[in-house]
Amino acid sequence: MKIVVLIKQVPDTNEVKLDPKTGTLIREGVPSIINPEDKNALEQALTFKESMGAHVVVISMGPPQAEDALREALAMGADEAILLSDRPFAGADTWATATTLGYALQKIGDFDLVLAGRQAIDGDTAQVGPQVAEFLKVPQITYARDIVIEGGKVRAKRVLEDGYEEIEAQMPALLTVIKEANTPRYPSAGAIITAYRQQSVAHWGVKEIEADPEKLGLKGSPTQVKRSFSPPPKQPGQILRGGPVDAAKDLVAILREKNII
Amino acid sequence: MDFTFPKEYELLRRMIKEFAQKEVAPLAEEIDRDERVPFETIKKAAKLGLMGVPFPQKYGGAGAGEMGYCILMEELNKVCASTATVIGAHTGIGAMAIYLDGTEEQKVKYLTPLARGEKIAAFALTEANAGSDAAAIQTRAVRDGDSFVLNGSKIWITNGDIADIVSVLAVTDPALGAAGGVTAFIVEREFPGFTVGHREEKMGIRGSSTAEIFFEDCRVPAANVLGQFGAGFLTFMKTLDVGRISLGAGCLGASDQALQMSMEFAKSRYQFGAPIAAKQAIQWMIADMAIEVEALRSLIYRTAWMLDTGKMGREFSTMAAMCKVFGSEVACRAADAAVQIHGGMGYMKKYPIERMYRDARITRIFEGTNEVQRDIIARNLFRSRVNLKLR
Repeated sequence: MKIVVLIKQVPDTNEVKLDPKTGTLIREGVPSIINPEDKNALEQALTFKESMGAHVVVISMGPPQAEDALREALAMGADEAILLSDRPFAGADTWATATTLGYALQKIGDFDLVLAGRQAIDGDTAQVGPQVAEFLKVPQITYARDIVIEGGKVRAKRVLEDGYEEIEAQMPALLTVIKEANTPRYPSAGAIITAYRQQSVAHWGVKEIEADPEKLGLKGSPTQVKRSFSPPPKQPGQILRGGPVDAAKDLVAILREKNII
Repeated sequence: MDFTFPKEYELLRRMIKEFAQKEVAPLAEEIDRDERVPFETIKKAAKLGLMGVPFPQKYGGAGAGEMGYCILMEELNKVCASTATVIGAHTGIGAMAIYLDGTEEQKVKYLTPLARGEKIAAFALTEANAGSDAAAIQTRAVRDGDSFVLNGSKIWITNGDIADIVSVLAVTDPALGAAGGVTAFIVEREFPGFTVGHREEKMGIRGSSTAEIFFEDCRVPAANVLGQFGAGFLTFMKTLDVGRISLGAGCLGASDQALQMSMEFAKSRYQFGAPIAAKQAIQWMIADMAIEVEALRSLIYRTAWMLDTGKMGREFSTMAAMCKVFGSEVACRAADAAVQIHGGMGYMKKYPIERMYRDARITRIFEGTNEVQRDIIARNLFRSRVNLKLR
């Protein structure tokens, strides 16, 4: 059984502050971590490694420093790590990212399961997982927990706001995992040392994944981020005094003034 | 010259920090109040390889060297000096003695389960009449066939009443004294004649156990002689040297934590219409703490680096003693300043500052008093730089 886990290195948004002048994130000096829900996905894969002897491959698309996220994944117990990093990949939106990952997954081949976190804490789109599934033309179960593999099929609870669905799918399939699914293990001290000093991370670029460069990076991105900003702080409210009838009259007048009614 | 930590140490630190926050910190107040050793934490630490951080992987350790071990001690001491002391006595001196001077058989048999945290170690040197005057120990080991019979007692041994394996120093030839008449032994608690006395109630590090050990015709196999026969003093002093660096690292963590907490408090405590952080008196106290923390950080990790890169000589011993003296005195000064900056809050048990103050005090005393450390430093300096023998 081969499981591929998609991980992303992200800034630890607990530590991130907003620049008061520009309203954008100050990323400098902020530690980088494995995206939390990707860790849940990896933990799920490692559980299958323990119970079924699955071979776990971790892959990440990112700048060279994303290798640290992959080393951490190796230290947690992944068997193989691949860093997808090349100039043509840069500037990718979720579509181009999913395309790149899709090509890489085709190159890895023969997988039974692809696991990814539901969404990244910096982008918050939750798009890449589903987009990769579509690229690969495999069934997908998103927002998954209580994932079980039985009789060549995968089953999971798909958690929605007001309840959950129980979904079963043929493999290969792609699942996006939520944080309620499990508690990711700590890498042991010895495994951390081994991951850096003895294990290796493969580096794949455009050549290795045999992709059409037009479909990757900025060139392959149908969407572009024009501007990031935080919404202006809320104005202090206005208290309408007087009894209910007077307050209602004032409220209607204000709403008319603001062209809301 | 690259002063950055290699990446594996950064990940190790991050893992330990998370472990310290989630598993160690929540128990700190309780184990101090109830004088309880946190065995559940020790079990979790063992699973993560944190009971054998410096030892090679072939002996069940993490292979992270002294640098990795200092990181462990630094981060643990930020949240709980008691837990750090239990692990410190186990790894830093108890098991360390076996790592430094044990035979291959002894390392396989004893160091491996200790590194894996399957067993707990202690280091038994101190006696009622032999503290700083370590050479005055009286526990006697007499050869009898293929064993040694030990008689005597040790006091104030950290982990004394919970250890499975104890490194013990005993007199094998009273006539020769420290130079040739003293031998180190690996003693298992199961050996007949090994008993444990009561646990002391302490000012600080109350979540660690400090107890007496009694040897009454305790039989120890001759194969358990640790290091060279008659050269036990050297084995024990060498082990203490190495232990001093990580002790200093623990003091670094405690000092840094005192500094961070003091700064947070000073920012949020408003008096006279402004945070007390705006007052120069407080700012200068913070500046002084920060200066000492940075100086200590450089001293500790440079000394750890010296050990890891094989620079074990007289200069190393001097540096290790400096780590201990400076670390402990910085920790005590920082804890004292933290109490002052926190004002009344620094004195109340519902806040961790008073515990940090009590926990810090022992560091100037144990593992060789700072007075003895100063002797060692001066003696080594005069011998090496001025060619003068002071004793």
